[in-house]
Amino acid sequence: MRISPLTTQGIAKVLLALACAAAVVALIFVVGFVLAGGLRHVTWAFLTQPILDMGRAGGILPAIVGTLMMVFVAIGIAAPLGVASAIYLAEYTVESRITQGIRFGINCLAGVPSIIFGLFGFILFVVILGFGWSILSGGFSLAAMILPTIIRTAEEALRSVPRQYRDVAASLGATRWQVVTKSVLPYALPGILTGIILGIGRSIEETAVVIFTAGSAVQMPHSVFDSARTMAVHFYILAREGVSNENAYATAAVLICTILVINVGAYSLMHRMMRGRRVA
Amino acid sequence: MDRWVSRLLFLAACSSTFVLAAIALFIFKEGVPIMVKSGLGHFLLGTAWAPLEGQFGILPFIIGSLCVTFGALVLGVPLAVACAFYLAEFAPRRWVNVLKPAIELLAGIPSVVYGFLGVMWLAPLIRTQLGGPGLSILAASCVLAVMILPTIVGVSIDAIQAVPRTYKEGALALGATQWQAAWRVLWPAARPGILAGVILGMGRAVGETMAVIMISGNATRIPHSALDSVRTLTANIAIEMGYAVGAHREALFATGVVLFFFIMILNVVALRFARRAF
Repeated sequence: MRISPLTTQGIAKVLLALACAAAVVALIFVVGFVLAGGLRHVTWAFLTQPILDMGRAGGILPAIVGTLMMVFVAIGIAAPLGVASAIYLAEYTVESRITQGIRFGINCLAGVPSIIFGLFGFILFVVILGFGWSILSGGFSLAAMILPTIIRTAEEALRSVPRQYRDVAASLGATRWQVVTKSVLPYALPGILTGIILGIGRSIEETAVVIFTAGSAVQMPHSVFDSARTMAVHFYILAREGVSNENAYATAAVLICTILVINVGAYSLMHRMMRGRRVA
Repeated sequence: MDRWVSRLLFLAACSSTFVLAAIALFIFKEGVPIMVKSGLGHFLLGTAWAPLEGQFGILPFIIGSLCVTFGALVLGVPLAVACAFYLAEFAPRRWVNVLKPAIELLAGIPSVVYGFLGVMWLAPLIRTQLGGPGLSILAASCVLAVMILPTIVGVSIDAIQAVPRTYKEGALALGATQWQAAWRVLWPAARPGILAGVILGMGRAVGETMAVIMISGNATRIPHSALDSVRTLTANIAIEMGYAVGAHREALFATGVVLFFFIMILNVVALRFARRAF
């Protein structure tokens, strides 16, 4: 008996939808597992107390401060560099062998695993340049890692700016730099910010890079030359060394909530930009 | 003024390539001498890893990396490609707006959290249901399959949408159902792009570190079944980096060199396919 094409289509559709459902269930399961185990241990005190007894007691304030400082350093370097890169690729050049080479570099860098960034940061920043295990070393290494994300998103945002914006500004006698800064960049800003937020997200969730470049000090960091642990590193140490399940769950819950907020923020920003485009 | 701006921007644009070159330079400088000293063959094909006795054979770790990656692809690729086809062709628009960011969010979950879940839930499950130590190739493959999902789905959706609309319209005009058009026309046309996504996903799986350390068990032996515990190249670096000195540390950097080569080959192959597709 031959199965009719419409029946086949029905079956195929159900199977494909099931695959999607499986992916979403995996997401809900991961997030739910962590939040169910950790959220009830997250108190104001947990967020504002120092790490005591290697994480068995106290809170995670130094880890939160460490995370913020490291992200700040990473974004402070990667954002200007990445956006400048994107401006060059989208506005200042035409496709050629040189841009192909640059793009190849960006794509390859995007594929480099985080442990390699960790090794690189360790040998260059910690050992050779003598920064030691510090927020500075960690921030530099993270900056190298998130550079491709920022460049790609920013370039896409710049390319989605309609031609007329450039033509009109140029016809009014603006130089190329004026065209870019006064006309193109403001329009592309939400897209560029999306990339930067994604970079922040990647820095927060990263462990392998940070643990080898910033160390894992439990004290409150006072400057960028101090060693510090990020929330992800703190969670890893708590979970792996079985220090305290309760605090591990709670840290993971804080981490997941941060990531959720960041991703939803980035996505809605991008969504709003796309919607604005369609009306325009 | 404009010319100077242009030059500065060009320098910035080269920064990624500089970083990539610097990474290669420093890791090779640290790692290559010990490879030469102990002999490339001994290093790559040696089965004994005893750093204190000066034995550095990383074959078990290469096999470990290949095993968990292969497992992740077997489990993850069909799921990811199905997801991509559903989202690109069949799902109602309103659902796509929810499902796509949800799948992307899987990439945002910290890998340590995946590892934690593997330790707390998956490994005990495997231990009681299937036997073995639980922390195993199977556990690592399952977790990696979920972790590489967003990469493959994202690239595959782009690949499917990059197929000219006229192909599908032609098929539909000839009386094909939507599924026939997707299966007979879009799938062959999008295959190189999807393959690029799969290879990028493979790179992710090979390079993943923290989750794998937590759930693969880290035994330095060559595995005999999917329930055996293994150590991957990445895990080998991360586990011992904390206390390694001298030749031991150089051997870890040499492991990094091998990993770097793996990833670069995968990247180049993926880019080749991607260029054909887009």
